[in-house]
Amino acid sequence: MELLIRNGFVYDPINGINGEKMDIAVKDGKIVEKVNERRAKKIDATGMVVMPGGVDIHSHIAGGKVNSGRLLRPEDHYKDFERKTAVTRSGVGYSIPSTFTTGYRYARMGWTTVMDPAMPPLEAKHTHEELSDTPIIDKASYPLLGDWWFVLEYLGDGRVEECARHVAWMIKATKGYAIKLVNPGGLEAWGFGRNVRNLDDQVPYFGITPREIIRGLCKVNKLLNLPHTIHVHTNNLGKPGNYITALETMRCVEDLAQDDKPVIHITHCQFSAFKGDDWRTLESGAEEIANYVNAHSHVTMDMGQVIFTDTTTMTADGPFQYILYTLSGNKWVNHDVETETSAGIVPFHYKRKSYVHATQWSIGLELALLIKDPWKILMTTDHPNGGPFIAYPRIVAWLMSRKAREATLKKINPKARSRSLLPTIDRELGFYEIAIVTRAGQAKALGLKNKGHLGVGADADIAIYNFNPETMDPSKKYKAVRRAFKRAAYTIKGGQVVAKDGEVLKHIEGATMWLNVQTSEEAKITEEMKKRFKEYWTVEFENYPVSEDYLAISQPITVKADV
Amino acid sequence: MIVNLYPVKEFRLPIIAECINPDIFQDKKLREIEKLEVWEGNKRKSLGELFKVEVAEAEGTPEATVIAIHGDVSRVRRIGAGMRSGEIIVKGDAGMHLGEEMRGGKITVYGNVLGWAGSMMRGGTIEIHGNAGDYLGAPYRGSTEGMNGGKIIVHGNIGNEAGAHMRKGLIKVYGNAGQFVGFRMHGGTIYVQKNCGGRAGACMTDGTIVVGGFLESVLPTFTIEGMRKKVKIEEGEVVDAPFYLFLGDLTENGKGRLYVAKEPNPHLSHYEKLL
Repeated sequence: MELLIRNGFVYDPINGINGEKMDIAVKDGKIVEKVNERRAKKIDATGMVVMPGGVDIHSHIAGGKVNSGRLLRPEDHYKDFERKTAVTRSGVGYSIPSTFTTGYRYARMGWTTVMDPAMPPLEAKHTHEELSDTPIIDKASYPLLGDWWFVLEYLGDGRVEECARHVAWMIKATKGYAIKLVNPGGLEAWGFGRNVRNLDDQVPYFGITPREIIRGLCKVNKLLNLPHTIHVHTNNLGKPGNYITALETMRCVEDLAQDDKPVIHITHCQFSAFKGDDWRTLESGAEEIANYVNAHSHVTMDMGQVIFTDTTTMTADGPFQYILYTLSGNKWVNHDVETETSAGIVPFHYKRKSYVHATQWSIGLELALLIKDPWKILMTTDHPNGGPFIAYPRIVAWLMSRKAREATLKKINPKARSRSLLPTIDRELGFYEIAIVTRAGQAKALGLKNKGHLGVGADADIAIYNFNPETMDPSKKYKAVRRAFKRAAYTIKGGQVVAKDGEVLKHIEGATMWLNVQTSEEAKITEEMKKRFKEYWTVEFENYPVSEDYLAISQPITVKADV
Repeated sequence: MIVNLYPVKEFRLPIIAECINPDIFQDKKLREIEKLEVWEGNKRKSLGELFKVEVAEAEGTPEATVIAIHGDVSRVRRIGAGMRSGEIIVKGDAGMHLGEEMRGGKITVYGNVLGWAGSMMRGGTIEIHGNAGDYLGAPYRGSTEGMNGGKIIVHGNIGNEAGAHMRKGLIKVYGNAGQFVGFRMHGGTIYVQKNCGGRAGACMTDGTIVVGGFLESVLPTFTIEGMRKKVKIEEGEVVDAPFYLFLGDLTENGKGRLYVAKEPNPHLSHYEKLL
């Protein structure tokens, strides 16, 4: 099928196109130079913004933890549900929507690629079942390897190359996309009711420190030539004073960087940018982090913006979730995933009038605005931890308009307002920069070659928003920006129009991407390893790997490793 | 304006009719009311298909909208959900979620109601002359937003978990109550005139529960505070009889007050030794 999108204002940062009026041609699901004008279906995008389809680097949309969250929160489903239509299926959920609703809601906003960032290897099959069930969007998942026993042992012995071969096997076995570290070392310690306090704290019984885990896996990542960097949820997350840990985490891999390429991704950085000794003296550490990131090129990060709403926090960081439970007194789930990782879920309400919550809201935006290079700070809410992803249009408006920020500032806790750095920041992002923080930058950080841009050969994932940058000023008309991003005029996925004016027109399946990491020598699956599987896992080794036919639409990406 | 609704048949499928609400009926003509959307099972229907609607606008009728339902509507859910003013009178049984998230006005039922009546309500009054089901004034499953104002009066018996997560307001029951009255309650008052099932006030942190009849046992996490000669339920209603006063629930560091009448509960007399 051929498609011609005419006359839109195109924002394609990877190819350096900044609001030029041009046509985009699509053939067989790819962007092409030109198409037969008479035969092609034409979409008139006059007076509209045309961008690549949105990419989300960090959004918990599938897996055991998400599903436990759904079970934990029937009240979250009661208030927000979608009836089935002629093409779409019904679904429920506000902060933890069901799989179908997740796909539709992303598509309605113009997002077409979403990464699920935390897959316990043991629950890989479950995660892939849910990902296969999530329509329209392309997706992938990062296995949690920062507290994986074998990794801890290999790195403890300094056997980096063997560790790399093992990680390559793990990524293939779980059909994962990147190496995820959550509170490295801390989750293993949590199995013994403890946590690690800083990067040089010993992990009980393993004789290894978080610093060694981060550095080790960073080296592994490089040896394997993975497209994304290591994806790190820092130690001490969500604790006052943790901006020092975040800075140290970035510093500890500084020497591993080459040619200005990023080697570490600090995820939902807002939660790692707290200054102060306790909750009462909490302040923003965004300035310090921004100064560091502005001076270094080996880091990318995403915001983890907080939205004032009722949401569900869920991370693999068991000890942090326990703290959150003691703070809120809400119902909770905490789980130790055998030898691999942990998990926790606590419903949470971010309130405008709370000093801490309002400060968190401010920190997220400060990070995004103080870090000068938009390629380094990407837009997320760490769905659903900071708020559900359907709040993205509001964040776009806050980033584009000082006026929008001021309108919210007026309503927040007065002490938080007086300490916020936001009133001193005049910066307003344009559509070009928004295209970077919501799609191009995310695709680049993920190393997705065919996503996040509109160059010839790219996947035809396109979002068209009904906002005319020539006649309207986004910094003044921020409500119009919000409306435009809430309901994309057109969402095109793989060359098919899947949503128009916020209505889903088609239920199509999206692919699941995974890395087929090819090492010169296969990882040794020793008898010792199988024996340990027998002893410590509830799943037999033979049943452990996810086979390719398990994925509804499998899209392997071959990577040649150096080991 | 008085709107009379007569069910046209015996309902067999669940009906969801949150449009039966005086605020929605207000200033609407008969035709418009008949066209309001309801769901019967999985079918979208109009109110006029399920009810015969009559609008009486004679002189001397009250200014606020009154909806009178004549007949059994025990299959009809969410009657009066979210209402802020006016009145609903049900002459028959009513279904689940009656007056859910209600903020004002009055609902009177001359019959029985099913579960979740007055769920998450913030204001107004619900009076039930028959029995009420489980979760009276309690939030939806999983939610912690309990009743936050208003008044529920039941002249018959009620089921389990009445007033769970309650924060404000009053529930008065002139019959018997099931188990877990005032579960996880944070405030407000619950009065059960007759007997009460076990585990009253489990996990309560604040608020008042008054049991006028037999209570099998008080949870071990409640401590006896003293005796009281009478207990005030609300302005103008005082129960004049000796009561034991217990404080709890200590598992939640609670300071809720549980009053249990002395006379019908001789098995609790051993607590007096602790005073």
